[in-house]
Amino acid sequence: MLKIRNLDAGYGRLKVVRRLSLHVNPSEIVAIIGANGAGKSTLLNTISGLIRPTGGQIMLEGSEVTSVAAEKRVFLGMAQVREGRHLFAPMTVMENLILGSYTQFQRKREKEIQEDLDYVLSIFPRLAERRTQLAGTLSGGEQQMLAMARALMSRPRLLMLDEPSMGLAPRLVREIFNIIIRLGSEGRTLLLVEQNASAALSIADRGYVLETGHIVLEGPAQELKSNPDVQRAYLGKEYKKINE
Amino acid sequence: MILEPAMETLSRDDLEQLQIERLQTTLNRVYRNVAFYRKQFDTHRIIPDNVASLSDLANLPFTTKADLNQAYPYDMFAVPLKDIVRIHSTSGTTGRALVVGYTRNDIRHWSTLVARLLTSAGVTEHDFIQIAYHYSLFTGGLGFHYGAEHLGASVVPSSENSDLSKQLTLMKDFKITALASTPNYALKLARVMQEMNIHPDRLHLKRAVLGAEPWSEKQRQEIESRLHIDAYDNYGISEVMGPGMAGECREKNGLHINEDHFIAEVIDPKTLKPLAAGEEGELVFTTLTKEGFPLIRYRTGDLAALYERSCPCGRTTLRMSRIAGRTDNLIIFKGSKLMPEQIGDLLLSVQGLTPHYQIILETKNLVEEMEVKVEISENLPGFDEIRKLEAMKSDIAKTIKHHLNILPRISLVEPNSLKPLPGQKEKRVIDNRSN
Repeated sequence: MLKIRNLDAGYGRLKVVRRLSLHVNPSEIVAIIGANGAGKSTLLNTISGLIRPTGGQIMLEGSEVTSVAAEKRVFLGMAQVREGRHLFAPMTVMENLILGSYTQFQRKREKEIQEDLDYVLSIFPRLAERRTQLAGTLSGGEQQMLAMARALMSRPRLLMLDEPSMGLAPRLVREIFNIIIRLGSEGRTLLLVEQNASAALSIADRGYVLETGHIVLEGPAQELKSNPDVQRAYLGKEYKKINE
Repeated sequence: MILEPAMETLSRDDLEQLQIERLQTTLNRVYRNVAFYRKQFDTHRIIPDNVASLSDLANLPFTTKADLNQAYPYDMFAVPLKDIVRIHSTSGTTGRALVVGYTRNDIRHWSTLVARLLTSAGVTEHDFIQIAYHYSLFTGGLGFHYGAEHLGASVVPSSENSDLSKQLTLMKDFKITALASTPNYALKLARVMQEMNIHPDRLHLKRAVLGAEPWSEKQRQEIESRLHIDAYDNYGISEVMGPGMAGECREKNGLHINEDHFIAEVIDPKTLKPLAAGEEGELVFTTLTKEGFPLIRYRTGDLAALYERSCPCGRTTLRMSRIAGRTDNLIIFKGSKLMPEQIGDLLLSVQGLTPHYQIILETKNLVEEMEVKVEISENLPGFDEIRKLEAMKSDIAKTIKHHLNILPRISLVEPNSLKPLPGQKEKRVIDNRSN
């Protein structure tokens, strides 16, 4: 589905992501974990086209999209839920969702838009209850749900989620992650960036560990979970100095 | 049968992506965690970030056995020792022992890879497999044990018992269907079977997965016809992981390399330049998933060729030929390894001087034999007394047995009979085993 080779990206002279290679297979949930500032969000923003890479290649379903504009990538099947959700606060839940179907609207798929609306509201019944409420007045968890629902309205083949658990109460984190599991079981392809490594690795098929812009570990999520380095650095298990 | 089709039949394109990801990850880790590699890269002015494709691998320095010797015991480990759950070591007959360590994930991968090669040789969970490799610091015994258990076969950990009749009784009574051992051990079993008058059809044995020493097609035919089984080759060396690096499929035409875990190269041992597919040279391995003991471009000293042709079995991985020999004089005798110079050193310790000597390897009645010819010299005390010469002979034999755990036949020969003619190189080893 997605293949990235030797990606370099950053801000001005600051290189945040270096020579990074990763891939996501169809119908797979892939988690990228790492500490604050490791380059996770930069990576996701580069994949979605918000940041222009200074080197490397991004291939989506076999074709190169490295220099394709972000809005065009949505047409090609990418959708990103950004950290901080970025909703249209003064608009209602329904209006936000309808805006999410912009690509479908351009394709004149009105009938499918209606189906998609029914579908996302069935996954997020809370949004159905709050159809007419302004997005800015929703709780943090509901805003996260709306951001995900809006992204789904573009019928993405690759859905990218940046820190979906950020700032949410544990109960809501569980709820959001259950929905991610459901999306995965429906055969969707998901790329997930998370600081909550334990939760992310519990639901992902595979994972990559990012440290200062480099991938230092990769593998099946279960293996990463049992890797002592990951446990020490990200899962809060006993930390001891090396070579004791 | 293919154990993990998702990996073993991956398209070359996807495999390349996986390999480059894992190579970059491994380089990032060794550069951070292994002082040897950090120094090695820094002195060669190599920045791991500059490795952008698999062909860039050719710019990286090699790791040699001498490097591993230097690192004895733990200096090449890439994780805190606390994360190591298993240690293996080479016998230490060839110089200092080499020590390798495995994390929990390493053991998991290793087991899966051995299970892959067992599967490709037709072993299933219905088989009773007798593991007749040494259970010790040597990777053969435990490597196959974990792999066979992972597969779900019924494992009989008999080890390499020197009492072959016991081994055979076990094989018969336990209705063993698969054997894992060295080819020589399988041949010895065949010989003892004949002596004990056991017809192969009275056994349930169907297949054998043989390795840990080079063997020939002729030996395969011998084993297959004497035991009425299919015999499959596999390759693995302790430094890199142990068994599970490569194994034959039902085609018996080259050993499939587990390329999702290793990158194999073949180089010219003299120029050190990579060779094209099909050309014979020294095998070089880079690990892609090892956590405890990763290796970059490790020179194995084993000679082989790589084949890119697709295989009718469906696997898409590169295949390697059987091991065609060594780049050095390393002798692999009855499963243990030694350098001819080690015999020389022992002769020195017995006689006080190093005589001319020659090591002759032969296969007699299916059993490997070693003869060491030692020149006697007038400088030796008691050189003209038969009794003293006999005592010296048994001293040499005992010393070699003590240090190398092999018992060669010692023959003393006339002075100057082994000395090379002017302009000729001394021929230390004569190996007639494959004839």
